[in-house]
Amino acid sequence: MSHETLAITLFVIFVGFTLFLTLRASRQTKDATDYYAGGRNFSPIQNGLAIGGDYMSAASFLGIAGIIALSGYDGFLYSIGFLVAWLVALLLVAELLRNSGRFTMADVLAFRMSPRPVRTAAGVSTIVVSVFYLLAQMVGAGALVALLFGLTSDAAKALTIVAVGALMIIYVVVGGMKGTTWVQIVKAVLLMTGAALITLLVLGHYGFNFSEMLGKAAEQSGKGDKFLEPGLKYGTDAQGLEGKLDLISLGLALVLGTAGLPHILIRFYTVPTAKDARKSVLWGIGIIGVFYLLTLVLGFGAAALVGSKEIAKSNAAGNTAAPLLAEKIGDIVFGSTGGTILLAFIAAVAFATILAVVAGLTLASSSSVAHDLYAHVIRKGQATEKEEVRVAKISAFVIGAIAIVLGIFAQKLNVAFLVALAFAVAASGNLPAILYSLFWKRFNTQGAVSAIYGGLGSAMLLVFFSPVVSGKGAGADGKSLSLFPADVDFHWFPLDNPGLVSIPIGFLCGYLGTILSKEYNAQKYAEMEVRSLTGIGAEKATPH
Amino acid sequence: MYERVRQSPDFLELRRKFRSFVFPLTAGFLFWYLLYVVMSAWARGFMGHVLFGKVNVALVFGLLQFVSTFVIAWWYERYSSSKLDPLSEKVREEATGL
Repeated sequence: MSHETLAITLFVIFVGFTLFLTLRASRQTKDATDYYAGGRNFSPIQNGLAIGGDYMSAASFLGIAGIIALSGYDGFLYSIGFLVAWLVALLLVAELLRNSGRFTMADVLAFRMSPRPVRTAAGVSTIVVSVFYLLAQMVGAGALVALLFGLTSDAAKALTIVAVGALMIIYVVVGGMKGTTWVQIVKAVLLMTGAALITLLVLGHYGFNFSEMLGKAAEQSGKGDKFLEPGLKYGTDAQGLEGKLDLISLGLALVLGTAGLPHILIRFYTVPTAKDARKSVLWGIGIIGVFYLLTLVLGFGAAALVGSKEIAKSNAAGNTAAPLLAEKIGDIVFGSTGGTILLAFIAAVAFATILAVVAGLTLASSSSVAHDLYAHVIRKGQATEKEEVRVAKISAFVIGAIAIVLGIFAQKLNVAFLVALAFAVAASGNLPAILYSLFWKRFNTQGAVSAIYGGLGSAMLLVFFSPVVSGKGAGADGKSLSLFPADVDFHWFPLDNPGLVSIPIGFLCGYLGTILSKEYNAQKYAEMEVRSLTGIGAEKATPH
Repeated sequence: MYERVRQSPDFLELRRKFRSFVFPLTAGFLFWYLLYVVMSAWARGFMGHVLFGKVNVALVFGLLQFVSTFVIAWWYERYSSSKLDPLSEKVREEATGL
């Protein structure tokens, strides 16, 4: 049996099993709390796994392993930012959000503000962040089928995107938060198992001597010990000061973005109490932390065993490092059948990874369309729960369809910057609004709206005039390194990542917007403060 | 009702204990993380210094970020369950008369 057939078989088993769980979940989904928040009945371990499943995207798994395999140490910078970011969510956001909100990020922001402008702003920002992230994953799915199965035709890529999009719509529309959560839990278990298995085999191959593996990786990379130090990819000496500032800018967006990602925030609503939200973040930190440590071995292991040149030949961004390593180590340890099986398993896991993340993103954005824009802005709070959930399902379908079309259209474009941009927008617009909301008494409607639009707008504007959109020229393969064709250049902002400028702008806009308006609601702030810290009046779980 | 709870000594104590723990800790881990990023950009010689075998300062510094993240998460959990949870339960009971 070829690895393609086996991978597809494994993937079909995954899809069959998760569809079964989704159907079962749909029978238990009766009201809006079930649809949006899974009845708030998940345990901390379940939600911790789902947090991992929601967060560890293909960009984390294939992307970081690939960067480490090609550029060495610099890929590790990503892992660290992605992990440390969870402390912001744990210490400042998770419990307070669980206590004061209901279904969406906007619930917390609009708590003591004039609801319509704030919900509109939060809804727009939720959709922008989620759709950017979603688009990156969809394009990734198309690229993955080419990498893993050698199907490079546009039709094969388009078909993959349609299949991934259709499955994601089914999970979300049929299973709501319960179905999506189960997909994420199963995926997290599979991903951790796969990564741990390969790590053990690779380390075992080097007699569990990590240092020896590093030495071999450095040797095979052709870059020597520089491979084990920061500076081959980000802020290289050739890029000068701008490159180094770009690295700081990326680091800031990573560490501050996570706690502003709507699809992550809504996970805190799926447990019975704030204490459970805290415990699920602890589980999440454990799972995500271990995963990134495994990725370190996968990346350096791929460089050592497969070789950086071989990986770069297969994919210029290094995305095939983990699958190629799986095949190689399987070959070495179990013979060529073992290699085929491991490669197939990792390929199936990679698709499962994408599916779980895109389902979470579709759920977050469609929930915001229904709960924020439809129920509160358009219907001014007069919509029934039934109408709201129906609109949520229709929105999930529409957003999914848009993501499919854009994903196919963007197939040939260089959209690698979209994930970093989603983090930058979340850190610049959402995070200031959330933190001010939770901790600053004087914060008001104008402040919230200014923070979101100021942060979102500046991040998008700066990226539009940055080298990722135009001006990088063509790469070795003749393709443009920017979003626009290689001969177009209208960039004036020197950095790829806008965070260094746009995050302070977001916080500043929130501050200025607030003090320039006299309005604020002291009574509602008292309610929010008491509720967020004690859970008095917080939403309860649906009884079994 | 909420304004009354907010003025109660137990709630003020809860808020003080919460903020005096998380604010300094957040400042601390953000500084520690940014120090790491800044040194990755500007202190390359130091980061490349080999400690043993092929393990250099950069790798150990990066792994220490994992250790500090795990320790802070564990520490906050311990602080919450021993200091904050009982207080917030007390405030809740007083307010709702349960």
